[in-house]
Amino acid sequence: MRLADTFALAWGTLAQQPRRTALIGLAMSIGVGAVVVLTALGEGARGYVLEQFASIGTNLIIVIPGRAETTGAAPGVLSGETTRDLTLEDADAVARIAWVAAVAPLNVGAAQITRGSLGREAVLLGSTAPLLSIRHMHLGLGHFLPPGPSDQATPVCVLGDKIRAELFGNANPLGGWVRIGDRRFRVIGTLAAQGQQMGFNTDEAVVIPVAAAQQLFNTPSLFRILIEARGRAAVPRVKAETLALLKLRHEGEEDVTVITQDAVLATFDRILTALTLAVGGIAAISLGVAGVLIMNVMLVSVAQRRAEIGLLKALGASAHNVRALFLVEAGLIATLGAAGGVALGLAASFVLGRVYPQLPIVPPLWAVAAAVATAILAGLLFAWLPARRAARLDAALSLTRR
Amino acid sequence: MIQLDQASRTFQVGDQQVLALREVSLSIAAGEYIAIMGPSGSGKSTLLNLLGLLDRPSGGRYSLDGRDVTGLNEAESARVRRDKIGFVFQFFHLVPRLDAAANVALPLVLAGIAPAERKQRVAQLLADVGLSERADHLPSQLSGGQLQRVAIARAMSMHPALLLADEPTGNLDRATGREVMGVLEGLNQRGATLIVITHDQEIGARARRRIGMEDGRVISDTAT
Repeated sequence: MRLADTFALAWGTLAQQPRRTALIGLAMSIGVGAVVVLTALGEGARGYVLEQFASIGTNLIIVIPGRAETTGAAPGVLSGETTRDLTLEDADAVARIAWVAAVAPLNVGAAQITRGSLGREAVLLGSTAPLLSIRHMHLGLGHFLPPGPSDQATPVCVLGDKIRAELFGNANPLGGWVRIGDRRFRVIGTLAAQGQQMGFNTDEAVVIPVAAAQQLFNTPSLFRILIEARGRAAVPRVKAETLALLKLRHEGEEDVTVITQDAVLATFDRILTALTLAVGGIAAISLGVAGVLIMNVMLVSVAQRRAEIGLLKALGASAHNVRALFLVEAGLIATLGAAGGVALGLAASFVLGRVYPQLPIVPPLWAVAAAVATAILAGLLFAWLPARRAARLDAALSLTRR
Repeated sequence: MIQLDQASRTFQVGDQQVLALREVSLSIAAGEYIAIMGPSGSGKSTLLNLLGLLDRPSGGRYSLDGRDVTGLNEAESARVRRDKIGFVFQFFHLVPRLDAAANVALPLVLAGIAPAERKQRVAQLLADVGLSERADHLPSQLSGGQLQRVAIARAMSMHPALLLADEPTGNLDRATGREVMGVLEGLNQRGATLIVITHDQEIGARARRRIGMEDGRVISDTAT
């Protein structure tokens, strides 16, 4: 029997009962659609988090003072944890490591910023010129912090967009003076509006030279050192050398924590991918349910079509032919259902994408392919029993019993 | 052509063994026209199913065209049915969703014959039974006699040597029945071996050889 004829005969049977075919197809569609939409949502969430991470910089290595460790465990060690400060000199030393593209020391604090009678609380970032590029900030007006020695406390500042708007309104802020804490700073630039990034809003921040911030907060230490490596491949190497260098500078004590953006990113990536897979897997259960439905309907169909099956056998159809007919029938329904499901899933993803514009909702290709394959496989698998039953029907009996 | 050697067939009904066919031996030459007659339950249909390879004997041997077909497996007997045997049934057994031409073409489809050749052969077959104009009619649009003629055309589509008809006129009025028997006899005259099961004495009388059955045994075998 020709394959095309097998398909034509199977299709004829399906077309004869359009409602039955459509209903089973719909069950399949819902299953496939659910997988597509849910994985699209999962991937959207993953994409969103990764995007947020990428927005704070690329090939980033972050040095944090202090080290989380258990102390006093070994007998005889009576000293507690000693944390040395991270200093500007440390940052300058790190900048000289090979494969380091840029280094920005960072001090963070809150301070009152006033202009005339206007005043408000702002997040104060003390840093150096490279911060702009390392943190992927965008300049609005004027200039960023001037390059030069990091220990120079030049009284200049760069305002976040919201601070600028509230203090200066529509007036030109460049060259204007503001008071931060007990010092006066000249505005040399503003940041473009960027909104929230990883929970931090640069719009409400004010950037001043790190040395000025240390004087303002009266501290010799740094909050963080941000390092950008030259390329992704250099990240582990720079991390190791930074650790070694700081250990050397801190009298052999490894008292800093160095984290890489990659490591954090990879962890989030793993968690979110697992979540997507889990959600997709749960949705795939409905494909199994649709498969059972196909089996049920096919079993009824075999019982109803005993005479036709017997006839086909009398006319020379082998058990193999009969089995193929029923399997193709199930496969066709499953394929139709899967196609409908993909359409349904894409449409729903599109709508969701409109409802949550900040989530990059696109159904992943692997999920679509897997859902379609699972649907067709489930259809064929669950049709196996009915098809076998049809193939084994006693031709003589099915022809005489009416 | 047909050599049946002490063929028997038992069925299990509940916990009882029912002997539907008791050691029937039969020899049929090519081109014969045979009527099998007997009361219901006498084993006529069982015999016909054995001859048509739709069923297997529980004991004895069956050879068709000089070939022992007793122990053929499922696929092989399907092939023999397809190539050598044509069936005509009391209830026609046309596929309701297929038109007359497609019903006639079914055995050709199962045999994997190309669509172009199929079309040509179907047209000829329908012309042979006088239904060329009804090719695209569904079974529901045809009369009983026409349905049986479509079924006969289908049975002949692979040019089988053996034509088995199980009460082909059982569902038709007398006049239409005669007409259908005329078509079958015409095929027999062109060389096909024709075996007909019938209750109808008049039709039985038309056959050249009559086999009477009772209780699973052949009780008479007369030729005219």
